[in-house]
Amino acid sequence: MTSKLSRHLSNLETEAIVILREAAMAFERPVLMYSIGKDSSVLLHLCRKAFHPAKIPFKALHIDTTWKFRDMITFRDRMAAELDLDLLVHTNKRAIAEGVHPIRSGSSIYTREMKTVALREALDHHKFDAAIGGARRDEEPSRSKERIFSVRGPNHSWDPRRQRPELWHLYNTQIAADETMRVFPLSNWTELDVWEYILAEDIPVVPLYFAKERPVVERGGSLIMIDDDRLELEPHEQQKNVVIRFRSLGCYPLSAAVESTAASVADIVEELRTTRMSERAGRLIDVDETSSMERKKREGYF
Amino acid sequence: MHAPLHRERDHLRFLACGAVDDGKSTLIGRLMAETGSIPDDQMANLVNLSRKFGTTGENLDYALLLDGLEAEREQGITIDVAYRYFGTEKRAFIVADTPGHEQYTRNMVTGASNAEFAMLLVDAKAGLTKQTLRHSRILSLLGIRRILLAVNKMDLVDCAQAPFDAIVAEFRQFVSELGFIHVQAVPIVARDGDNIVKPSERMAWYQGPTVLQHLETVPISTHQREQAPRFHVQSVMRTDTGGRGYAGYVSSGAFKAGDEIIVARSGRKSTIRRIYAYPSEIDSVEAGQAATIELSDQVDVSRGDIFAPLDAVPEVADQFAAHIVWLNDNPMLPGRTYSLRIGTHSVAATITALKYGTDIETGEHAAVTTLAINDIGFCNLATTEPVAFDPYATNHETGAFILIDRETGATAGAGMADFPLYRASNLVKQEYEIDKAFRAKMKGQRAAVVWFTGLPSAGKSTVLNLVEQKLSRRGIHTYALDGDNLRLGLNRDLGFTEADRVENVRRAGEVARLMVDAGLVVLCAFVSPFRNERRSVRERQAPGEFIEVFVDTPLAVCEARDPKGLYAKARAGKAFHVTGIDSPYEPPEQPEIHLHTDSGTPDAMADHVIAELARMGIIAR
Repeated sequence: MTSKLSRHLSNLETEAIVILREAAMAFERPVLMYSIGKDSSVLLHLCRKAFHPAKIPFKALHIDTTWKFRDMITFRDRMAAELDLDLLVHTNKRAIAEGVHPIRSGSSIYTREMKTVALREALDHHKFDAAIGGARRDEEPSRSKERIFSVRGPNHSWDPRRQRPELWHLYNTQIAADETMRVFPLSNWTELDVWEYILAEDIPVVPLYFAKERPVVERGGSLIMIDDDRLELEPHEQQKNVVIRFRSLGCYPLSAAVESTAASVADIVEELRTTRMSERAGRLIDVDETSSMERKKREGYF
Repeated sequence: MHAPLHRERDHLRFLACGAVDDGKSTLIGRLMAETGSIPDDQMANLVNLSRKFGTTGENLDYALLLDGLEAEREQGITIDVAYRYFGTEKRAFIVADTPGHEQYTRNMVTGASNAEFAMLLVDAKAGLTKQTLRHSRILSLLGIRRILLAVNKMDLVDCAQAPFDAIVAEFRQFVSELGFIHVQAVPIVARDGDNIVKPSERMAWYQGPTVLQHLETVPISTHQREQAPRFHVQSVMRTDTGGRGYAGYVSSGAFKAGDEIIVARSGRKSTIRRIYAYPSEIDSVEAGQAATIELSDQVDVSRGDIFAPLDAVPEVADQFAAHIVWLNDNPMLPGRTYSLRIGTHSVAATITALKYGTDIETGEHAAVTTLAINDIGFCNLATTEPVAFDPYATNHETGAFILIDRETGATAGAGMADFPLYRASNLVKQEYEIDKAFRAKMKGQRAAVVWFTGLPSAGKSTVLNLVEQKLSRRGIHTYALDGDNLRLGLNRDLGFTEADRVENVRRAGEVARLMVDAGLVVLCAFVSPFRNERRSVRERQAPGEFIEVFVDTPLAVCEARDPKGLYAKARAGKAFHVTGIDSPYEPPEQPEIHLHTDSGTPDAMADHVIAELARMGIIAR
């Protein structure tokens, strides 16, 4: 295909395209989980390749916690317009009304309400039978045992002990009426693969991945960006401007920035060659305790 | 992390296997750590975890890093295949890490199915074990041809050459018939890092490559590129010029515009007009790439088809022989229908004969009647329509298939096609002028199967008998098939095991089908306890000609009636495989007719059946 790709990337690309087409053919109402991050950008790009010249044959769904970075929302709307995406945005309004808050409620309640519950609501409401997401197995230990086509039982729960063996490139897409499927075309990609692919294919990503001077506050050893006036500073905390970027994007009060001068995709690839911190180290929601991701997934977190 | 922008960076998918205490996790952990693939925060976490749960004393317990699930860390076990990623400037590695203890066959087969190379660990002190022999056989069965034998814990044998040489010699002797083309043996101490990434000073007598050096240089099979070209059609779409485009991928060989191709299953020929890969048209497409192909002619092509060159056409057959590895707790039953998926093609399939089971330790064959989880057998299969395939030995991508349990959706079996049994084209169904509709019309009726299912003594035969009398009074030609009667003749060779019950119902269904073809209303009374088999019988009839009647009598009532004394014998331990007692009954989910036999006389129920048949248009109102 594209001569720019190494055999390694070309292999991963084909695998993902084949998986996307299988998902489109096997399910009645598949949906693309669009999280606006770099993995979602790659996934969208692969969808265009998989279905070209036809339009992407499924809707995209964004679970909006209302605490995403403003740049993310701007980027989301731009991509939706440019790619003519059929984009659905869903928020857990009940939780908002009850005052669930990323800091005051604590990250585990907040994540459950605004992400896990919101996702379950949206999937049930639209009767989606398959949700395609950009999760990778290298992200976190419990993900390393996740299948590419992963069955979720009633209430979207995940039972890691009852997973189907996945052999060759033969995907088992059969589900019962009360089951749904999660599909992870990027399962075998690493963070580095994602960035090398973004570089080779010139894929647009949210500007927050690139280093720039931004207003931050240091909190519990992490740099939190002050994206709007909803972030209340403690009396001893001070806003300062630091050259930062993000390796992983989520809700801004829960996403720690890294000090970095990588201002382009090529810089980021170079930085990843030498960095020794894992990508999710900046995710404040994963570090509650060991196994926290596994527990979230059992409850239906993506 | 070594992160080459190198365009030629290659990609090796391999499998790591070994018995429980051979040090597999330590070896993989070390490879990842020493190639800089474990980030600092995860290393710090590992130090914490090692203190809390570690089983390796002073050393880092890499298993804790690799065992991703809570239950695994707490119980010190590894549940399932996990995938690990690391890389160097030369290659990216994807490792299928398979646990060495329970379910080893299932997990190893899964891991090996996507690997082209394997790393097999043995303990220098323990030497070759039964596990080593099993693992080697499974690798061979799955078609892995190059392996690395890592002889670990060399420090326990004083890092001496003689014990290493002895193990290697014994191993080579053992695997001489397993078809490996290259075995690289490396003496290692995974815990201390000897010969993992850096050559060991303690074992200067060893001159060969380290584990990592070998992983970086082992030839990556290029056979997919050299094999006969195969393009798998995933979907049919409109191209931007308004033609029909076949979206799919090439699993072997290459195709270019202008190539003549054959659509394997239909045998129709055409020429490749154009090949697209976003964002443009391309000249050719090769193994490992996806594309959309447009043909010059309007030929009938659908999802599941394979394009091949005219001089290298795959086998096309609806019966073939294959090795099957069973992966599910429910045993494989000959006669039962499964969903078979091969390439992008899905069909219904039945195992028509289980030729033998293979002992994974000795390789010996033995007669068996079913395959339990982790068993390996050689079988004949029949599919409802022809499939295109290559023998697995020549082409993994077109020879591999999975069997799916239609009731639970579980991936139940892994199959490797061997050879076709009949060429489908040799058997053509003979069409006669006088057909079912004609014969039924002569009798002034519609043909159908009315299938009574329910527990033993539920009253199936009683109601059937009354229904048949009422139908014959209306001048309708019927025939009654009954479980016991059939077992006295056609099915006298069958017992009451699960496998025999499956076959019993299958034969009954086929007899019913012939009688429907003769234009009759066929009344069948069979316990037929499994949904899967009732569904298979239904699928063999024309739509609307299979009427399932659920004779729904509670077990307690059946047991109280017990005219044959069956339940009493079962309760006394004198009869086995009695449905409802020690053999399951799966009630119909949506029967056409549902009879609650505890709340009506048999005659009233028979009237109800007649009324329903009239409502459905099987008989006149």
